[in-house]
Amino acid sequence: MDEHEATLVQDAKTAIEIRALNKWYGTFHVLRDIDLKVANRERIVICGPSGSGKSTLIRCINRLETHQQGQIIVDGIELTEDLKRIDEVRREVGMVFQHFNLFPHLTILENCTLAPIHVRKIPKAEAEAIAKHYLAKVKIPEQADKYPGQLSGGQQQRVAIARALCMSPKIMLFDEPTSALDPEMVQEVLETMVALAKDGMTMLCVTHEMGFARQVADRVIFMDRGEIVEINRPESFFANPQHERTKLFLSRLL
Amino acid sequence: MTGESFARQAIFVRNKDANVLPPPVSTRGFVATIRQNLFASAASSLMTIAAFALVAAVLPALLRFLIFDAVWSAPDGELCRATRAGACWAFIARKLPYFTYGSYPLDQRWRVDVMFGLSFVLIAWLLWLGAPARRLAAILFFLIYPILGFVLLHGAPSLGLPIVDTDLWGGIFVSLIVAITGIVISLPLGILLAMGRRSPLPLLAIFSTGFIEFVRGVPMITVLFMANFMLPLFVPENLAPDRLLRPVIGVALFASAYMAEVVRGGLQAIPKGQMEGAEALGLRPWQTMQLIILPQALTHVIPGIVNTFIGLFKDTTLVAAVGIFDFLRTVDSARLDPAWAGPAISATGYAFAAIFYFLFCFGISRYSLFVERRLARKRRR
Amino acid sequence: MLYQAGFLLVLGFLAVTAVINVRANMQARGIPMDFSFWDNTAGFDINQALVPYSALSTYGQAFLVGLLNTLLVAAIGLVLTTIIGFAIGIARLSHNWIVARLAMIYVETLRNVPLLLQLLFWYNAVLKPLPGPRQSLSLPFSIYLNNRGLFIPAPVFASGAEWFALAFVFGLLAAFLFWLFAHKRQVQTGKRLPVGLVTTILIIGMPLAVFFLAWQPLSFSYPELKGFNFMGGWRLLPEFVTLLLGLSLYTAAFIAEIVRAGIEAVPAGQSEAAAALGLPRKLALRYVIVPQALRVIIPPLTSQYLNLIKNSSLAVFIGYPDLVQVFAGTVLNQTGAAVQIICITMAVYLVISLATSFAMNLFNRRMALVER
Repeated sequence: MDEHEATLVQDAKTAIEIRALNKWYGTFHVLRDIDLKVANRERIVICGPSGSGKSTLIRCINRLETHQQGQIIVDGIELTEDLKRIDEVRREVGMVFQHFNLFPHLTILENCTLAPIHVRKIPKAEAEAIAKHYLAKVKIPEQADKYPGQLSGGQQQRVAIARALCMSPKIMLFDEPTSALDPEMVQEVLETMVALAKDGMTMLCVTHEMGFARQVADRVIFMDRGEIVEINRPESFFANPQHERTKLFLSRLL
Repeated sequence: MTGESFARQAIFVRNKDANVLPPPVSTRGFVATIRQNLFASAASSLMTIAAFALVAAVLPALLRFLIFDAVWSAPDGELCRATRAGACWAFIARKLPYFTYGSYPLDQRWRVDVMFGLSFVLIAWLLWLGAPARRLAAILFFLIYPILGFVLLHGAPSLGLPIVDTDLWGGIFVSLIVAITGIVISLPLGILLAMGRRSPLPLLAIFSTGFIEFVRGVPMITVLFMANFMLPLFVPENLAPDRLLRPVIGVALFASAYMAEVVRGGLQAIPKGQMEGAEALGLRPWQTMQLIILPQALTHVIPGIVNTFIGLFKDTTLVAAVGIFDFLRTVDSARLDPAWAGPAISATGYAFAAIFYFLFCFGISRYSLFVERRLARKRRR
Repeated sequence: MLYQAGFLLVLGFLAVTAVINVRANMQARGIPMDFSFWDNTAGFDINQALVPYSALSTYGQAFLVGLLNTLLVAAIGLVLTTIIGFAIGIARLSHNWIVARLAMIYVETLRNVPLLLQLLFWYNAVLKPLPGPRQSLSLPFSIYLNNRGLFIPAPVFASGAEWFALAFVFGLLAAFLFWLFAHKRQVQTGKRLPVGLVTTILIIGMPLAVFFLAWQPLSFSYPELKGFNFMGGWRLLPEFVTLLLGLSLYTAAFIAEIVRAGIEAVPAGQSEAAAALGLPRKLALRYVIVPQALRVIIPPLTSQYLNLIKNSSLAVFIGYPDLVQVFAGTVLNQTGAAVQIICITMAVYLVISLATSFAMNLFNRRMALVER
């Protein structure tokens, strides 16, 4: 058992708990009977064919989507219609989007300091120091005064990661972070995510990058048609898939 | 708990597919929709109640005026003057010929009807996307139809059609003439101006830009005044342009500047690659324009053209400022008829005019949306 | 080169022919060819004049009166239409189904009916049939509506009034500065100062204090019914009220669509990113959505502002004494100097249009996005 697993055991508080989650888009049953427990500091990769509901699932965790049945408990706070609770949860959960979603009318630095200043009420100077710290971590400190339109896709996504980190979240969600990037930029973003994982961040990542899964994930979840089909440790998952559908998916992928 | 057992606990393989269920009752169906859309929050509920109060205050009175208390037939204004009387539709019915033809001689009105019919056929032919030989329709519409129309309406003694002076023209038919002639002239002119504005020849570009910006910066009324008072001064006495022709020219010049901007937008939307491709094939600039660029640009801008037409049709009401009896003016003057005078007459007349303009303009804009969607589907493939 | 020369030649030929014809025709018809009419006595009254004017004033002064009336209705109209337009545009996007539908009905109805028809409706079917002064409609704050106009209280300035005005202006300035300071402080240190309270005290309290100290130099003259008419207060002509109301409501329908399109043009991802960062909806709108929406809104908004200014010329149909009605109407009829008058009128509108476009373009440029 390596060091990371040891900390997983010691720190066995649940970061996210999902019980009997069901979601419908109109009459379409998009998430079926989802049960999941994510421990603190755990790294989870969710994969599956398109339309399987993986993005919908993680978007339910920070209430960008609402669920009709079941419970989602994040960091001990249950997600309901209560706006105060939703805001509380969103402060502790950071999200990185497929299309970056940086604010184009603000500089990089302003992008990163906006939420800390107005949500956590951190004084501007301190917020800027935090922002510069994280921008250095994602290896683009010199871009602080530029605008998103002036950066490449890979740089923008790294800024998006830094922006989420500036709120000091306990959990980071990634929704296909590299799918919209040119191939040569995928690596720089993955490296950033690996470094983040090594720092002990709880991560849920929807991605097609299986190399990343192998390198970093504690568990890999395979979703198909709205339900969780298989969960396993990466070595076992890739070498020895159990379910028929998992085998089909992997055979198409690799 | 050891690391191993933790990991083993977390492993999962599904053995039975979860059921696909319908959504729970409380989140679908009529009640839920009402709740979400109208009463989602305290503020929303308040607004719903206020809105309902507003509708409850206005709608019954409106319906009573327009339908339930309205006078549908009467020989004169007597019944309409009754205290609880609503809209005087009898007045409208009686005056309808005036609203349609103005003072055009009764026995010659068939000529106007023929014009209406011809216009409708030609325009439908041009606008219907699936129609055959639309090029023929365009030539007919822009070249033959104006001349034919003028001869038919104004008269040609040699053909047995007595002259009807434009002073007698009025009503819907004049509004349509002004609008349609405006479009017929402004579209080609607008295309020329748009191309002129984008021309590499500085003089042409300056002149076109200057004309467009000048026309867009002044009110239509001043253009009409200019056409009315100044056009006769530009030509020798005997060629003095007719009273109706002057504002028509004014309207056409005004519309051509706006049309030029619409066409310019369409031309800008054509990727540069098109010109380059045509050049590579050996086509000369004028051929390229005619065969490749313009057809594409015009398809792009049909919605813009239709919008300009709707605006133009609404602007025809302004020709009343130079004494032309367009549709609105006929309604406005008819309501002063002493035989029909009464408290509800003005409102009736305006309501009728408003309904007419609304149906016409709204109908055309809906059609244009429909065309846009069809074209978008074709392009998306 | 050849084409240009040819074009120039044709244009020149046309211009010269035109000028020759115009001069000949004008002389033949006895139309004045200079600007001497400017200093002649006007001989007619204008029922709304922002500067002193009588029938003995010159045509030049009549021009000024008309111009000021145009600017007055345009300025107030622009403010009103912006407020109404933005409100209805946002209502269009409401989650409340009935509010959204009502807003849509407003927009579609007013956009598809000609402005002139709307003006005639308000004037002939609503304002003119109102009862006389003795049976006026009373509204709160001593405002009365009847067929002779809208009567509102007018401020009357006595001797100490300058101090009061100064205090008011000073209070406004101080409140604004305090608001800036508080905002800065909040951003720097995260602490909030009681902005609302302090600004209210400054804006209302300061003038109020001076007011009482200087023995109340500001009073209001209230319209009161004396006999058949109202005395005191300000009288707003029904023509003015019609034009203002009609123009504002009409243009607001177009602005509402522009605002709606602007807000919808902001990608959904922006709202989501703001929400994911924990920004409450109000702050997300203020710092993320609206700044981006404004970029899309400003160019077509400028067009609509220009349209409102140009549409004020419809005053000629309802007898409001604006520039066109007074100058290109009455003065032109009396003097016959059509060419000069129409050219001057057009020039004035061009200048107003250019000035407005220029101001809006400056505003637009400040908001432009920086791209690579």
